[in-house]
Amino acid sequence: MSEAETELAAPDAEIFDYPGARDRACPFAPPAGLRALNDTAPVSRGRLWDGSTPWLVTGHAAQRVILSDPRVSSNDKQPGFPYPNRAMAENAPHHPLTIFNADGADHTRIRRMMTAPFTRNRMEKLRPEIQRFTDELIDSMLAGPNPADLNAALSLPLPSLMICALLGVPYEDHEFFQEHASLATRSDKTAEQDRVAMEALGGYLAGLLQKRMEEPSDDVISDFAGRIKAGEVTLPEAVMLCMILLIAGHETSASMITLGTALLLQNPEQLALLRGTDDPKAVANAVEEILRYLTIPALGQRRIAAEDIEIEGVTIKAGEGIVVALPAGNWDPAAFPEPEKFDIAREARHHHAFAWGIHQCLGQQLARIELQVVYGTLYRRVPTLRLAVGFDELRFRRDDALAYGLHELPVAW
Amino acid sequence: MKVVVDEEKCVAAGQCVAAAMDVFDQRDEDGIVVLLTENPPAELADDVRNAAAVCPALAIRIEE
Repeated sequence: MSEAETELAAPDAEIFDYPGARDRACPFAPPAGLRALNDTAPVSRGRLWDGSTPWLVTGHAAQRVILSDPRVSSNDKQPGFPYPNRAMAENAPHHPLTIFNADGADHTRIRRMMTAPFTRNRMEKLRPEIQRFTDELIDSMLAGPNPADLNAALSLPLPSLMICALLGVPYEDHEFFQEHASLATRSDKTAEQDRVAMEALGGYLAGLLQKRMEEPSDDVISDFAGRIKAGEVTLPEAVMLCMILLIAGHETSASMITLGTALLLQNPEQLALLRGTDDPKAVANAVEEILRYLTIPALGQRRIAAEDIEIEGVTIKAGEGIVVALPAGNWDPAAFPEPEKFDIAREARHHHAFAWGIHQCLGQQLARIELQVVYGTLYRRVPTLRLAVGFDELRFRRDDALAYGLHELPVAW
Repeated sequence: MKVVVDEEKCVAAGQCVAAAMDVFDQRDEDGIVVLLTENPPAELADDVRNAAAVCPALAIRIEE
């Protein structure tokens, strides 16, 4: 090997292995190596689980440019697509067209079939119901053994109750959903487990859709049943869209409640500020900061360039994979001064916890209101809430989990 | 201040309504943006600029 080649090869060793390993001493922060890229290169190469080295977009401004560029595709059937894990790579050829992997006009058509139930005003109307579910779940926790696992007592059931109520899934089927939805968001699942979970959920939803085609009621499943009858979607397409609604808001919201509570308990002065305020705007602002700080979808957004794209002094060639590292953008000091400072009063609305561009989270307004209700209620109703184990005993999810978080959160009061 | 919205670009994220509910609404049938007033009063100008800034689809344009 010539000297020139050695020099060219050397930087390879420094390619960041995405998503990277977090420091156990500060498990809320993105990995140090990822954050360091904000100082050196907002767009660089990263290495994934399969050894591939797609582009890694870490800068907040660069993330906005990439996620708004129509030359950047979400089509996960193209060779070179940077899959988050092996199961998704293996199953990609079988993935139907959904809001996740459609571009342009296809994406618009599909997304607009799913947006009606999630408008800001409809979500605001759900607020009293979310408050009631939250109060009841807290009542049950307080009536039960102390300490308890907050994740099981509140975080997992609340989003599940809400999305099932919105869709029109009967309450008695919740446990079945929770189990299969949890499996679908795990990174250590096998392709086979993924398929089994999807088939079980799909079979159930198909049955429910068919039932509502005969006897519609006032819910999202009935809305899709009507669209099937009108010939706007096929039954398998409707099943997939309902499945996405069920799964996407489940572990992400739950994780924001559990991990968010752990973060607040570790920052008592911020928790005191939150507990002390009567101002809904201050609570809403705290939600944005916690979304930014934790950036639950740590594996980021996956894309592939449809054409050559010049950005930040590099050329992303057509056919090259792109990983938009959301946690890095949300900790970019250019967008959030002193990003390591957890400050519930900071201006954080421009975060990318729900991503950016046309694929930005469909259920974000539901998530926001759930979190506003929970953060505005739990710590006031249970002012003595505290960790029931040492902080270093908490079990954090794997760094390559689709939704970052904790396996459980033992709390006492 | 004049506000222009692009319904084709809109992805119904609801961010504009959250930022400036007196200026923006969403259609019931698909959540697409509805402009309530083209020329919002000066006291809403900051909210409207904020709405344009948080729109993920860049569907709101402001002509000052």
